[in-house]
Amino acid sequence: MKIHEYQGKQLLREYGVPTPRGFPAMSVDEAVEAAKKLGGSVWVVKAQIHAGGRGKGGGVKVAKSNDEVRARAKDILGMQLITHQTGPEGQKVRRLLIEEGADIKKELYAGMVVDRGTQKVVLMASSEGGMDIEEVAAKTPEKIRRVYIDPVQGLTDADADEIALGIGIPQGALAQGRAVFKGLYKCFDATDASLAEINPLILTGDNRVVALDAKLNFDDNALFRHPEIQALRDLDEEDPLEIEASKYDLNYISLDGEIACMVNGAGLAMATMDTIKLYGGQPANFLDVGGGATADKVTAAFKIMLSNRKVKAILVNIFGGIMKCDTIANGVVSAAREVKLSLPLVVRMKGTNEELGKKILRDSGLPIISAGNMGEAAEKVVAAVKGMR
Amino acid sequence: MSILIEKNTRVMTQGITGKTGQFHTQTSRAYANGRACFVAGVNPKKAGEDFEGIPIFGTVADAKKATGATVSVIYVPPPFAAAAIDEAVDAGLDLVICITEGIPVRDMIRTRYRMRGKKTLLVGPNCPGVITPDELKIGIMPGHIHKKGPVGVVSRSGTLTYEAVGQLTELGLGQSTCVGIGGDPVNGLKHIDVLKMFNDDPQTEAVIMVGEIGGSDEENAARWVKEHMRKPVVGFIAGVTAPPGKRMGHAGAIISGGKGTAQEKLAVMEECGIKTTRNPAEMGRTLKSVLK
Repeated sequence: MKIHEYQGKQLLREYGVPTPRGFPAMSVDEAVEAAKKLGGSVWVVKAQIHAGGRGKGGGVKVAKSNDEVRARAKDILGMQLITHQTGPEGQKVRRLLIEEGADIKKELYAGMVVDRGTQKVVLMASSEGGMDIEEVAAKTPEKIRRVYIDPVQGLTDADADEIALGIGIPQGALAQGRAVFKGLYKCFDATDASLAEINPLILTGDNRVVALDAKLNFDDNALFRHPEIQALRDLDEEDPLEIEASKYDLNYISLDGEIACMVNGAGLAMATMDTIKLYGGQPANFLDVGGGATADKVTAAFKIMLSNRKVKAILVNIFGGIMKCDTIANGVVSAAREVKLSLPLVVRMKGTNEELGKKILRDSGLPIISAGNMGEAAEKVVAAVKGMR
Repeated sequence: MSILIEKNTRVMTQGITGKTGQFHTQTSRAYANGRACFVAGVNPKKAGEDFEGIPIFGTVADAKKATGATVSVIYVPPPFAAAAIDEAVDAGLDLVICITEGIPVRDMIRTRYRMRGKKTLLVGPNCPGVITPDELKIGIMPGHIHKKGPVGVVSRSGTLTYEAVGQLTELGLGQSTCVGIGGDPVNGLKHIDVLKMFNDDPQTEAVIMVGEIGGSDEENAARWVKEHMRKPVVGFIAGVTAPPGKRMGHAGAIISGGKGTAQEKLAVMEECGIKTTRNPAEMGRTLKSVLK
């Protein structure tokens, strides 16, 4: 799960990581109010969307008077902000963060993820802040410092200091650097985060270490023990189809193609998408119906797939193990009837009660195209789409 | 021969009183030597009771002591599953197979840390389990699609493993052991560990390795294969079409920071002498083409 920058900063502050003072604003008036409350003479108006790259897209502006705050807030609020992470249609800005201006002497980077190789949390930091860290990693990997954190000890003072010095935090600000890194780890660990990024982490003119940005993602599997994190969820930032799917315990992700697919199991679902591509088609979604699909679940899956207007054909690929092919076949038939399916439907099913399942499909009188294996199924569904052109 | 489990293995089920644990204990018990192999269940509140004649013990240690079981399979719900693994490790079992899906990563980091230096091996979590055809099935895979034979199978995904096994069986190629290592980012045995076992197993003549996007386990395994493997290995990686930054069902199946793409994995595997296919419908035939 993702949260907004202002929410991330609130969390970081709770763990002792300094950030600029600021207030969220949902309207232009609230933005001006926030600037007045903050005082001072320079403010930053920041678009709050879950995607990165907001500055480059025009979603972060400096203002030097209340009128300018009003004008910039008006510009940004409601705009379709396009960044490299939003896709070409962009994301509508519904929330702002109004912050006091910061005196930036140096931009640094700090990030934290789970390292699969060592099975530990890794703190990564760099003297090259403000830019895309993947670019730094590719061009100047020696400028990224790493420490793998012992899950029992936590981040030690010695490791925190070594990182701080390594990225150019001066002796005089070492205690602050230590507090930032240790606070970041405490926050990461306590909230079951899966990713934390402060880019940039800045050194101010008066040698303070401050988090100018905050990106936090959380482990979905751990949300059950974090109602306080769940409360930060912003459904406006998520794909409505993915939200609908999650209500039925379906794992759905929208993609750009025209062939919808419904599969049991995540690996087989990915492999099915790959096969569609291999035969010259483009998958419209990833959809894993899971191990315990019922007729209701299959019907819900069909409705969700079909609400994507780009879809021109459907491929169902089921390897029945625990899940029986006849159960799926009944689900497919009733779903196709209920949604009055008019698009080509190719079904490949294999495994437990395969013959019974195939018979149910044949006897349904529906124009379902049957396929013997995955390759044949993909070939047939791609041909069906091409035949429509 | 086989790896990890065989007809004389003695198994306990942790979480035997839940619906999932009961159902899969029943189907595993009905497969090959299952009736003799599944000897105990564990539930701290139901010690002294039984499930269809399988005695239930309060702790893993008690179950081990009373029955001699050295392997456990875990169906405990996600919030408590890591602690169940810890208990099995502390009791000194040889092998723990954790089927449970949805364990928080932080819990698994701590559990794996506790396992350092211990003898217990872990398969999973979030995996279908392990099967040695015609001998013993521990997990949720459909037993009837398997056939005894010379091919080792190791995979991160459940149904995609069944797909590979189904193709092999249809071609008349049986399997030595099939190991589902699971789709989570922090897990037990990795591809490389299972390949080492297949390399040393006299029954195994060739291996299918099925991977997916995310992490670099497949690359590490491929580099080991290049240096040490004496048997042919073929591979498939799911997720060529997966977009970066999206978690494709499995918690571990995500391309992040430009790393863990299917293309990158396939390229390294090929460099290391692993014959790969881009078409998952061809996994069986690809294996057949390398078999002597």
